[in-house]
Parts: sequence; C-alpha cells; structure tokens
Amino acid sequence: MRFDTPAMTNPIDQGKVVGQRIHRIDGPLKTTGRAVYAYEWHDSNGRYVYGYIVGSAIAKGRIRSMDVSAARNAPGVLAVVTSDGIGDLKKGKYNTAKLFGGTEIQHYHQAIAVVVAETFEEARAAAALVKVDYAEEKGAFDLEAAKDTAVKPEEGEPDSAAGDFDAAFETAAVKFDQTYTTPDQSHAMMEPHASIAAWNGDELTVWTSSQMIDWWRTDLATTLGIDKEKVHIMSPFIGGGFGCKLFLRADAVLAALAAREAKRPVKVALPRPFLMNNTTHRPATIQRIRIGAERDGRITAIAHESWSGDLPGGGPEVAVQQTRLLYAGANRMTATRLATLDLPEGNAMRAPGEAPGMMALEIAIDEMAERLGRDPVDFRIINDTQVDPEKPERPFSHRNLVGCLRTGAERFGWQDRSKQPGGRREGNWLVGMGVASAFRNNLLVPSGARVRLDREGIVTVETDMTDIGTGSYTIIAQTAAEMLGVPVDKVAVSLGDSRFPVSSGSGGQFGGNCSTAGVYAACVKLREAVAQKLGFNSPDELTFSGGEVRAGDRRMPLAQAASDEALVAEDRIEFGDLDKTHQQSTFGAHFVEVGVDVATGETRIRRMLAVCGAGRILNPITARSQVIGAMTMGVGGALSEELVVDTERGFFVNHDLAAYEVPVHADIPHQEVIFLDESDPMSSPMKAKGIAELGLCGVAAAVANAIYNATGVRVRKYPITLDKLINGLPEVS
Amino acid sequence: MQSPGALEISRRDLLVASAATVTVASTASLSHFQTSTAAASQSTKISFTVNGERRELQLDNRTTLLDALREHLHLTGTKKGCDHGQCGACTVLADGRRVNACLTLAVMHEGEDITTIEGLGQPGSLHPMQAAFVEHDGFQCGYCTPGQICSSVAMLEEIKANIPSHVTGDLLAPAEVTPAEIRERMSGNICRCGAYSNIVEAITEIAGRKA
Amino acid sequence: MRAFSYERASTIEAAAKAAASTDGAKFIAGGTNLLDLMKLEIETPTHLIDVNRLGVDRIEPTPEGGLRIGALVRNTDLAADERIRRDYAVLARALLAGASGQLRNRATTAGNLLQRTRCPYFYDTSQPCNKRQPGSGCSALSGFSRQLAVVGVSDACIANHPSDMAVAMRALDAIVETVRSDGTTRSVPIADLHRLPGDTPHIEHVLERGELITAVVLPKPLSGKHIYRKVRDRASYAFALVSIAAVVLPDGTGRVAVGGIAPKPWRDEAAERELPNGARAVTAKLLANARPTEQNAFKMALVERTLSAVLAEARG
Repeated sequence: MRFDTPAMTNPIDQGKVVGQRIHRIDGPLKTTGRAVYAYEWHDSNGRYVYGYIVGSAIAKGRIRSMDVSAARNAPGVLAVVTSDGIGDLKKGKYNTAKLFGGTEIQHYHQAIAVVVAETFEEARAAAALVKVDYAEEKGAFDLEAAKDTAVKPEEGEPDSAAGDFDAAFETAAVKFDQTYTTPDQSHAMMEPHASIAAWNGDELTVWTSSQMIDWWRTDLATTLGIDKEKVHIMSPFIGGGFGCKLFLRADAVLAALAAREAKRPVKVALPRPFLMNNTTHRPATIQRIRIGAERDGRITAIAHESWSGDLPGGGPEVAVQQTRLLYAGANRMTATRLATLDLPEGNAMRAPGEAPGMMALEIAIDEMAERLGRDPVDFRIINDTQVDPEKPERPFSHRNLVGCLRTGAERFGWQDRSKQPGGRREGNWLVGMGVASAFRNNLLVPSGARVRLDREGIVTVETDMTDIGTGSYTIIAQTAAEMLGVPVDKVAVSLGDSRFPVSSGSGGQFGGNCSTAGVYAACVKLREAVAQKLGFNSPDELTFSGGEVRAGDRRMPLAQAASDEALVAEDRIEFGDLDKTHQQSTFGAHFVEVGVDVATGETRIRRMLAVCGAGRILNPITARSQVIGAMTMGVGGALSEELVVDTERGFFVNHDLAAYEVPVHADIPHQEVIFLDESDPMSSPMKAKGIAELGLCGVAAAVANAIYNATGVRVRKYPITLDKLINGLPEVS
Repeated sequence: MQSPGALEISRRDLLVASAATVTVASTASLSHFQTSTAAASQSTKISFTVNGERRELQLDNRTTLLDALREHLHLTGTKKGCDHGQCGACTVLADGRRVNACLTLAVMHEGEDITTIEGLGQPGSLHPMQAAFVEHDGFQCGYCTPGQICSSVAMLEEIKANIPSHVTGDLLAPAEVTPAEIRERMSGNICRCGAYSNIVEAITEIAGRKA
Repeated sequence: MRAFSYERASTIEAAAKAAASTDGAKFIAGGTNLLDLMKLEIETPTHLIDVNRLGVDRIEPTPEGGLRIGALVRNTDLAADERIRRDYAVLARALLAGASGQLRNRATTAGNLLQRTRCPYFYDTSQPCNKRQPGSGCSALSGFSRQLAVVGVSDACIANHPSDMAVAMRALDAIVETVRSDGTTRSVPIADLHRLPGDTPHIEHVLERGELITAVVLPKPLSGKHIYRKVRDRASYAFALVSIAAVVLPDGTGRVAVGGIAPKPWRDEAAERELPNGARAVTAKLLANARPTEQNAFKMALVERTLSAVLAEARG
C-alpha cells in the first residue's frame, strides 16, 4: 500500500480497540519470567557452550601478537578465535568501527578474541589468560581540544541558512550568545547485548537482542561473507535498546564465528563492564547558540552550531536539527561540524540530534526569555510557527506546541513559579520550576506484515518488527483487532523473526506508527480476501465487527472465510512525499519542579509533567509509559549521566552501572502525562506519530531551568552535578 | 482467568515444550563436569530447594546462584543485567530475604529455600504483585521486571518486619508504607525504561494504600 | 574468575587456621564485594573459606554497657536492631544510607569494614593501579578523580574508602575484635584498622594473614544528637561524595567522622574540638593537609557546607 495522500476515514477511526487502554498482551509473560530473551533460548538440539569476549586494553594502535596458548590449554576450552587470526572481515554497512577482525585497534574494549569453553566459568577464566602485545599509538580523545580541527561532514545537511543571520543578529535589539556542552552518554539498557549462534551446515541461526532484524541479518551476512538468505535472526524479546541495538554488534559476530570454530552452538553476552566502551554511545557535543530578538520578544535571528566527534568514517551528532524548525525567525543558520576522535563509536541513542540539541536550545530560550523580561512560556508561544521557518511555503502537517505549553502551564500551576531566581525556599530546599518545549521529528519508514485468519477465527500477525519495551505486541494486536472486528484476545502476534516480512523496526520513534501502518495494509488485503471468499462484492461496504462480517442484512462469521483453509495476506506500507510537502513533527512541553539542597547542592525532582501532541495515541497505557520512561532518562541526562573520558588513555572510565549513574526509584517522583487529542492524517492511515523520543527531548533543559529558578545558578555544562552549583549557593556557615 | 496475551505467540507453547527438554541437557552438563574439567575440589555438590522443589547440583565452585538458576536449572526468569550487584535484575528470595543472586555463590546456599519469579506465579495464575505490575504497566522491556517484582514482594515483608530505611523519619516508630519509603527501598532495582512511577503505583496498590 | 576450592568452616579457630595454612585463601561472608572483584580477577583467591555458618551473628550487651556485634550480623539486621536504633542512631542511619536492600541483606559487619575502594582504575584491570598492581602507577592522579580522596592520600594512591558504616563506627570509637590463626585474639580500635596508602596502597589494613574479625564492639552509648548525612549524586544506591557521621551534644561539642574523602573513615580529634566554633573551624583543621585534585577540590567546600547543615540540624 502506497500512502501518498492524506488518510481519509478508515476502520481505525472507529477507535473500538485502537486508542483504548489495553494492557500489554505480553505482560503475563514478562511479569512471570516466561518471556525468553536472547541468552535464554534452550533447545533440544544439544547443549550450548559459552563464548567470552576479550577486549582491547588500549584505545588505538595495533596488535603485534597474541599468545593464546594458556587460554587454549585451560580447562574446558574448546576454541579461541582471535581477530589477528581471522584476518580482515568485512564491516557491516551500519557500523563505523569494526566489530571484529584484523589487527588494528580502533577503540578501547574493541573485541579482539572470543574464548569458547564448556561452561561460562571456564570461558571467563580462560579469556583472562589471553596475552596481547600491543603497539600503542597516540590518539585524539578530547573533543574540546579537537574542536578546531572539526570539519564539515560530507553527508547530510551540515549547513542550513535562511535570510541573513549575521546582519539580523548584529542589528537585533536584544542579543544572546552562549555555549553549552553535553557529555557522552550511554544507553545502559538493562539487558546486555547477547547472542546464541547455531550453524546447521552453511545455515546460521542467531537468537539475539536486536531492534532492527533486517539490518542485523544483512550486516551479519556481510561480515561473515555469506548469503543473507542463509542467516536466520530471532529476537522476540529485547531487554531495552535505546539505539544501542539498532546495529549489528560484536556478540552476534563472535557467537557466529565461535560456533563455526567450535562446531557447537555458542552463547555470548557482553559483560556489563565492557558495554560502554565496546558498543556505541551518544556523542558529546559543544553547542553555540545565538539569538537576536525585538524587545517585544519576537525572534529575528537564531543560530545554532554544534561540534561533536567520532571515529574516522563516522558521523556527527546532529544537535542543531530542531533549531531549524522549532521557533520562528526570518534570519537563521545552523552548522554541524565533526572532529575525528579515537573514542568508541558514537552513534544513535534515543532521539539522536534532538535530545542533546534540546538540552542546549531550551536553556538558551530560557536565558533569552529572562533577558527580554518575558515569561519563558509566553516567549515560546510568541515565537511559534505553523510553517517550516526555512521554507515558509511548507506547513507543518499538524502542530500544537502552543496548546501543549498552555495546557501544561495551567495543569502544573506555572503561575506560582517565583519570578525571582532563588526566591522560593522551603526549609533546607531551594525550590524552582522550569519549562522546556519538546520537539522531535516524525519519521516514516516502510513496514511490512503478514496476516493470517484461521478457521477458529484467530488472526495471526507476523512481522519482523521488534518490541523493545515500546508495546509493539499490543498495538499491533489492537490494529489487527480493529481492522478485522475481533477482540484483542483473538489476535496472536509474532515478532522479531527474519522469516517474517521486513518491518520498520524499532528506532527513531517511527516504529509504532509505521509498523502498525504496515499491519493496517496487510489487514486491508485480508479484508479483501475475506470479502471475496464470502462472496461479498466490495470490502468497502463491509463492516467487520464482533467477529462477524456484515453488509446490509447479510452477516457471516469471520471465521467462515477460513473454513476450508487459512486466509493469508501480506502487504507493506510505503510512503510518498507527504513528509516532503509537509513538515511532520511531534510536540510537547515539559514542566519540572526541583528542590536543591541549600547546603550541599543536591538536586531532587519534586514534580514532573509532560504534555504531548503527537497524533493519535494508539494505546494510552503504553504511550504514557514511553513518555514517563523518557522523562526519567531526561532526569539522568540532566543530573548525573556522563561517560567520563580519560583524555590521556582514551576511554570511558566509569564503564559500569555503579559508576555511570542512571536514575533509581528514589530519583523519580510521580509523573504526569497529558496527551492532546489529535490525529494526523499526513503521517499514515493510523494517523499516529512517534512518542517515545519526544518524551525525552527537552526534559533535561526543563530540569536545568528549574535549577536556575531555584538557585539563580546557571549551569551550561551537563550534567548539572552539585560541584557545579555549590559555589553559587548561599553561605550556610 | 485466560490472560489477554494467551494467544500471543503460539511459539510460546514451543518454548514451554523446549523447557521440558532442558532437564536432559542439564544432566549432560553435570556429567561433563564430573568426568572432564574441574578437579573434585573445585566443584561441590549442593542441594537446595528452588520454588518448592528439591534440587541437587554438582557445580563448579565459581557458579553464582544466578548462573546456577539460569544456566543449570534453566530458570531464566531471573535476569543477568550487570553481574556485579549494580542493577538488581537478579533479585531472588533466599530463605525469604531478597538478595542479588549474581553476588553470591550457589554453594553458599546449601539447604536454603530459594524463590524465583517463576515460583511466585505464572501466566493464568499471577501472583497479586505480578498482576499489579500488568495493571499499572510497571515495566516496558521486561528485563528488570522479575527482579522488581521479587524485590517488591520481599520489601513489603521488610516493612512489615519493621525494618527501617534511609528515609524513615523516626527510627523508633513502626515502619510505614509510603511512596517515599517504597522508592527508597526499591532503589536497588534499576529500570532503564523508567517505569518507576508506575511500579510505585503497583506496589502501593498491593500494600493496600493509595499512592 | 579463577578456579578455587571451597570449604565451609564450622568454628572460628578452624577458619583462621585454614586461612593461614592455605596459600591464597580468603574468607567469604556476604561476598558482595569479594565476588564482584573476583569476577574481574582483581581478587584471585585459590581457596575460599565460607564463614557464614560460624554463628557469630548475634548482637549482645557488653559488661561495659555497650554492644558486641557479631562479625556476621548482616547490615539489614544491624540497622533494624532496637538497641542500635535507639542508642546508636548514627550507625543505623549510616547503614541504611549504604548500598541497596538486597546488598544490605547479605553484607556483613566485618565485610563492610574490609570492602575495597571503588576507584574506577582499581576496577579496570587494563589500567595501571598501584593498589591492584603495586608499582604500576596511579591512573587516577592524572585521570578521573572526582569521587576520590582529598586527604590522607599519597603520590601512589588517592583511592577512598567506600563504606558508610565504617564512618559511623569511627565516630563511635568501635573496637574490632579478631582471632589470629594461632588462636590468639586481639582488639583493634577502628581508628587503627585501616592504613593510609603511603608507598604501599595495596596494604589496606593491619590484619594479618588468616586473622578473622569476629566482632565489632561499640562502647556504651553516646548521648547527644546522632546524625548521618550522606551526599551523593543520585538519591539512593550510590557511593558518597561526602558523608558525615556526627554525635553532637547540646553544648555544641561532640564527634565528627567524615566519609568519601579519605582512604579510611576520617576523623581528627583536634578538629573535633573546634565543633563549638562551627563548621568552618572544624573543616579547616580536618582538611588542613588535604591534597585535592582539580576534579575533587569541590569536596573541600562540600565538607564544610555539609557539616554546617549537620550542625544546624543538631541545634534543631
């Protein structure tokens, strides 16, 4: 199905199932420990053996030699596969750094060997016996130091401009110019990367933890130099990803190579202390923002420049993205620059671009509002735009940022915010409120599905879509139930298997809208097949409801269409140019109240509210969970999360979950989420848009702004830890 | 009660079926131990009760309680998130107390009574806490969930036993169930999906108070 | 983790003897720190002596009016004990500020005292660390040191001691009771238990090979306000940047021990005498010989500010 004209009224609009509060259909499995994740597959085909990774102890250089004799002779060891022994392997399309193979070391903890043994304990012990002789080379590890060497990236749109920024900024009545930094961040999902690989002749089956089945399948085949058709990927349950499982990772490659060498199925999981340097991370940024405005608050000039680093061949963090679209202003420019760094590979983490971009921009907007003597909510409203500010002929498909801000301000009690920073104290707490806009683009990615109706009236959906905690199982079941007029418990959903039609996968907050649209397309075909089978003229006149198919007086059980044999339909949603003619984005507003301990500078979150305008909400329960989870991650980004770079030795020092502090229960208060009642016919037949990343974009800045409101201390370097605050707090002695 | 997801993934039946076959595989792994690798002194025979069932294993001394459950008994509901006591995904009950199964050796639990998530309830007959997690959507990816649930069940018992916490105002007053108490006491269970707000509501419901 | 043999000791004497007579032996109690380090091969015992069933898990009154805490009393049970809550609240508070419910259920009184630093370079076996590998160098001095010690440090090591409990024990002048492998016993004041790094940061305490902590004795209760204040980035389940254990009398005198800033719980009786003169006076003496790095210099101000808050709380 090609989606190239705005959606008309369709069966989804009934809203009998889609849009309803339906509990996760995979809930009973997950809460009882019966959902089976990658490392947990057990099979009667024979016992698995264990692979354990060896990672590079240097950040950059070459392996002169490896001595694996002690490891090979250790108890239980079946095989040792080394990167210098295996020679150069091809690199997958989506990876920047090589996952394995060759003698060149590109980053710390890059995989250089895998040791296979009968048991986990034996493999782990033997891995420690591998001796490596390195030729270490100097590398560049410090973004600040490398900033001046940054270049304009060759791909993408590194520069944008409209009007004449320089002139307008020069002559603006009120000017603002500040620089912000955001640190490297780690996805830190709870399930470490893990794979089990089993060869059957030249066919390979890999149970793994992947957000994008087809990308993994393709890149694994490329890396191993085998035919993609010979690779079977299974990933029905994924213990979180946040972007870290978008692209093929070392565990799958190592498991496959180890299994081939050991001639046994092999399990490999990345140990937690390896994750942060072995895999990918959100790159640090330096961002300069300049804003010029009239005294009445209207922005006349806005510029956003961002610097980040990555390994050779990698890409920049596109932190300026939202600034091209979020606020009005006739004169504007953005620039993205990329430095070469020899740190581990920088890549997508939840809301790449906007997440760090909004961390900076939404502080800048707060600072500018103050400079103008404007309320930060009003300042944002004044500068709303309904068209792409770079191309005014191009409207937003739907945009109600103003509604988000107004609703939020009212619900949060924004009028009670102290106008004077540091003006509200409750006991030992300095209390402040902050606001930020939320913004994330809505991306459209083709997605396929297969739907089968059997004689019991059970509808089975198969797609290689993944559920990384987003609720895919549930919203896909709801979509099929709505389309075919059956209750959700008559729908079976099978995901994460490369034998199923290729879907959008989970990433860029496109999975919910796009994968259900793919299921919609397949269901439309199935409805046609049902109509034909039951002898109705046209599916358009039919009503699918209550397990029946009706046209006029005529009604028949849906299952009857499959009484001889199951009916199967497969289709795929493909998108035309509605995202070119219209700017498709999602909007929101974050409100946060913090307390800052007047003596110690510890910041604790007291209240949080998000208001989101993101098209049709397919399931208010799972959508809300996505948003509160993103808000939680935003709190981490604001207050504690930073991969600390050792700029001499070239690695992330705090590489475990004790040293890289993500929020815990005690950091998070009750969270409120409000969804504006919207639907966006430009986005898909589902009229839904992304929500999972929107919830993150702006949160950290709202926290930062609340801290400023509480203390009068403006911190422009994330995370906002107490050491950056205490010198500005009142005397306590 | 038939769970709404009962039909989801017909493959699940397959999983259950394959779970039955693992006993065989497990036994194979034991004989491997006894005959080939480890010297006798480096493995120990232990017996304990897991979810009410007596289990005997000959284990490499290095085997953590977590790996004994996951790799030897194939009770994979208990998760390995960090293997270093930094996340709580491996929380199980040992003689009724919640512990990180990753930071304790199986051999240290001789004769003990271990309860894992599989022992609390199952699809179709959920433990009230499991049902409350479903009801309040107290999870997303599900990987920390068994640990959160085991932890919360034991945590409420700790409050009942009048064990204080960091946020308890008066150390001499009876421990109370409040959202602040729940948050502090559950802080050893990290949820990167960020379901905390919902988890606290689920636990509060079971504790019999309104959040 | 390297292979090791394992035994369950049934008496204290047998445990101590076994440890002294077996090369590479270590005691294991809660295991929450030891196993963590063994997985990374930072600790590589060849024999583990499980002391969990020695029966030294009770809290009993002493003739002097104090309490003797068995070495194996779990952190949870110690914090929950009525007498500790009533008479040694600073200790109960310190325990409850540490780790998580799960870890406190396993961690023991003796093990808590002997836990090792959380310095990230100590934890990364690919990096130089004098504590882990004597003579290899200290990566933290020029690296990431925000969490680490500012006082009591040396050119060889700036690691800090991670315990909360030990800080309160230091304020209370607890006594550590041990048994040596030859069966003799001794009492070590907690002030003398931990060593400063000097040139030998790998030697962290004064216990001999095979010497087993059997109990920690608290002197009779101190009147005054008991306060433990832990400052950290996240609200729970995190190690202290700075912590303060204080017992303050109405006249403003009292005791103060500080955590998070030194290789051992940090207390200075001369600084303590300045308590009536306020936090600034105390801190000036307490940190007089501090050698902070650029990254952890904030702890200097943080100690003073936190102590100031503690004293304000004590005044009520």
